[in-house]
Amino acid sequence: MTGVAIAGAAESDLGITGESVLTLQAQAVTRALADAGLVLSDVDGLATCGVSRFSATQVADYLGLRPVWTESTFAGGCAFEMYVARAAQAIEAGQCRTVVISYASNQRSARSRSLAGVVEEHTPEALFEAPYGPLYPFSYYAMAAQRYMHVFGVKREALAEVAVAARDWALLNPKAYRYGSAPLTVRDVLSAPMVSSPLTTADACLVTDGGGAVVLTSLERARDLRRAPVRVLGYGECVTNTSMAAADDLTVTGAVHSGAAAFARAGLVPGDVDVAQIYDSFTITVLLTLEGLGFCGAGEAGDFVAGGRTGPGGAFPVNTSGGGLSYNHPGQYGLLLLVEAVRQLRGECGDRQVPGAEVALAHGTGGILSAHATVLLGVDR
Amino acid sequence: MTEDFREATSGPVTEEFWEATRRRLLVVQRCLACGRRQHYPRWLCTACGGTELEYAPVSGLGVVDSFTVVHRAPAPGFEPPYTVARVRLAEGPILLTHLVGDTDWTCDLPVRVAWQPLPDGRHLPVFRPARDWPRAPGR
Repeated sequence: MTGVAIAGAAESDLGITGESVLTLQAQAVTRALADAGLVLSDVDGLATCGVSRFSATQVADYLGLRPVWTESTFAGGCAFEMYVARAAQAIEAGQCRTVVISYASNQRSARSRSLAGVVEEHTPEALFEAPYGPLYPFSYYAMAAQRYMHVFGVKREALAEVAVAARDWALLNPKAYRYGSAPLTVRDVLSAPMVSSPLTTADACLVTDGGGAVVLTSLERARDLRRAPVRVLGYGECVTNTSMAAADDLTVTGAVHSGAAAFARAGLVPGDVDVAQIYDSFTITVLLTLEGLGFCGAGEAGDFVAGGRTGPGGAFPVNTSGGGLSYNHPGQYGLLLLVEAVRQLRGECGDRQVPGAEVALAHGTGGILSAHATVLLGVDR
Repeated sequence: MTEDFREATSGPVTEEFWEATRRRLLVVQRCLACGRRQHYPRWLCTACGGTELEYAPVSGLGVVDSFTVVHRAPAPGFEPPYTVARVRLAEGPILLTHLVGDTDWTCDLPVRVAWQPLPDGRHLPVFRPARDWPRAPGR
């Protein structure tokens, strides 16, 4: 348990915006502050990345802020779950009072996404892996999926179920990129264009513009603000690899450690979670993460998600926004996991609301199963 | 395979790996303190922290840990489809590589190193099926 709460949450414009990264950042930050009933001058802590070399300083400059605490750990998609931990610590230690965690990308409008990823010439990966032309991160997740199916005898269809459930959720979320589109079937996923076998385009997340922000402050102060506080109950993280050859077992991820730490800190167990937002860069990511976090055993995630069990009306709702697969994926999706978790706990999700949700989990994954961070959030009881 | 792949050496620690490929020799670092093999090459041993390491030839045998057929080119010079794989060497370390040869690939299939020439005389280690391994006697 911590004495810190999320007091505000919001998205920037989403989809194909034609806006700059800093415009989307400013949208997200100002909307999250308005949601909390706070203003820019209240902000004395800022955590963000993906803007420039000096990301937090850059955003502070753009917003006209001079924060006394900043954080820009770069860990791909899970950075924001890590920032929640750092922010909670900084607020509890008294270094700052009001932290904004933000992110935005215009990758769709700017056409800045490459199938090769970013190969940094001075890294071992450039020397020993890039010559073989793996798609980054696609081919790594594909190899994880291949190994996972081989070891546990899991059928290809089980992976597709993750994409089907995500689409079903997205059809209930007017903000989702796939809102208003047709439902997806297992057959659709399998017959979509193959990118890196066994994964097709339908196993992979969207490439969209988007962003969001959350506002953190002490629970005590949050109780006096505009919205019902969402408590930060626990957090944990683990980074494991940058190389595609480093992991001894592709089916075991750092979620094992980040999840165990988060549950221990919160004094909770997986069975206490009412709704989970689990990074879905690819369908396989969700299966490996469900197992790593302890929602089911090794090799059991296929059965766990089968038959719409994680979809609308299912026994265990996962990625209720529609996820990175069907709602929005701005390159680093972890901030939007937090936004949806907050909204579920506040009961604001309309047609996709999980009734009576009191404990939510947000789990981010960065890179090629490189970095993992788990946050447990709860209503203020 | 990209023709632009020429700058494959970046200092003394990794140079020996690539120089050995001129002789079609696969070498992997071995720690002189604890005996552990590791790849990619580093200035220290990740098992014990030792800094005395040597390059030692390996058998060139391994098994497919996993693989993926790439259907889209990540950059100019690559011509899909090709098969990217993680191969677990008999000596322990895992390499990212290509699988070559006309085979219905599966995980855990035995493979043997093969060499793809680079424009500057070095070679890129790739792997092909090795049906005589590991069951063949005497290995």
